[in-house]
Amino acid sequence: MGGSGAFLDAASGVPLHPVARQALLAALDDGWADPSRLYGAARRARQLLDAAREAVAAALGARADEIDFAANGTAALHAAVLGTLAGARRTPTVVHSAVEHSAVLHALEGTPAVPIGVDALGRVDATTFEAALLAPGVAAGALQAGNHEVGTRQPVAGLDSPVPLIVDLTETLGHAEIPPNWSVAAADARMWGGPSVGVLAVRTGVRWRSPAPPDDRGRVPGVPDLPAVVAAAASLRAVLDERPAVEARQRDLIDRIRASVRGIPDVEVLGDPTDRLPHIVTFSCLYVDGEAVLTALDRRGFAVSSGSSCTSDTLEPSHVLVAMGALTSGNVRVSLTRDTTAAEVDEFLAVLPGVIADVRAELGATGL
Amino acid sequence: MIIDARGRRCPLPILDLARHIRDIEVGATLTVEADDPAARPDIAAWCRMRGHEFVAAQSASDGTPAYVVRRLH
Repeated sequence: MGGSGAFLDAASGVPLHPVARQALLAALDDGWADPSRLYGAARRARQLLDAAREAVAAALGARADEIDFAANGTAALHAAVLGTLAGARRTPTVVHSAVEHSAVLHALEGTPAVPIGVDALGRVDATTFEAALLAPGVAAGALQAGNHEVGTRQPVAGLDSPVPLIVDLTETLGHAEIPPNWSVAAADARMWGGPSVGVLAVRTGVRWRSPAPPDDRGRVPGVPDLPAVVAAAASLRAVLDERPAVEARQRDLIDRIRASVRGIPDVEVLGDPTDRLPHIVTFSCLYVDGEAVLTALDRRGFAVSSGSSCTSDTLEPSHVLVAMGALTSGNVRVSLTRDTTAAEVDEFLAVLPGVIADVRAELGATGL
Repeated sequence: MIIDARGRRCPLPILDLARHIRDIEVGATLTVEADDPAARPDIAAWCRMRGHEFVAAQSASDGTPAYVVRRLH
């Protein structure tokens, strides 16, 4: 496949895993009925739903009845945050990292919130975060397991929290260890090769109340898209089986990218070099227009994403990069799929310096 | 010295800054007036990468954000 480019935007969602496709097709025939009804097809659907719950619960270190499925990862994050707020006794204050996913930040709008800043690697200090959780009136903490833009892992596992901890696992589940001490968690099947399905996990005993009108089926209203749920669970199991080998390969490839990109003049590689998600790296290039780089790479067949303001709908730079004090211009996020090859990475690295130099030359930035 | 980077989008405000930093004496300051939301983080990052000082973020008389940079070398 030399010279044809590569899909390097896995952190925005990956193509269906072969196991997901297979499970999806089978479940379209087998799992169409309403699992809450009392006839044969419904019982079959119920079995499929229960099995999916168990598979996802096992991956999260949860019980099957702690798992529900939402329409997508964003909906799951919203339900995780809003349900925790609805379950709190008084107007709650929520402590959160400054680099949470925008879905979490949007769900917190209108709620008293205490953002905790991050260091240059994009990580909150565990002691600072814990101290903030102890303040009077704090009802919950929200901390991602791993950052979706720069890959840095947060110190969730070491946190001793007196209040429920909402943990965003959307970029982590299927890729890295899950911290055991979440109270409410959300995940996104598109990030591991499933269809668009969100996972909402609520620990038994945690005060969580549905932010939606009442529905007798569970925490998420309505009948789930069962074939998609089955495919999400089946592919998660497959991805976790493959993970040791895939993770080792991805870690090596990301290390290779980090080392190579560091050699390009006036480029900063961001995020923690080791304590990170295995498949994500981000860098920012001085005197470079992010949109121009994306367009030039796309022309050569490479799909990547960017946190630069010129590539966002709002024309605001990424709040993650800003919180880190990082350069936001010329930002490129590279994220690997389970089958990204060394040859693809090498081709990308061969093309990249020329692309950056071209964009700088066009801007008249040479020699500055 | 005041650089008017109003309406200039990222990365142009820092290009303007880089082009003019040598027009002032070492130890002197210049001000970049820029309404691009990326200007603040990027001017601060540029100062860090180039070894100059990000002195302050202020407002121009029309309310446009203004960033003061000191040339250090």
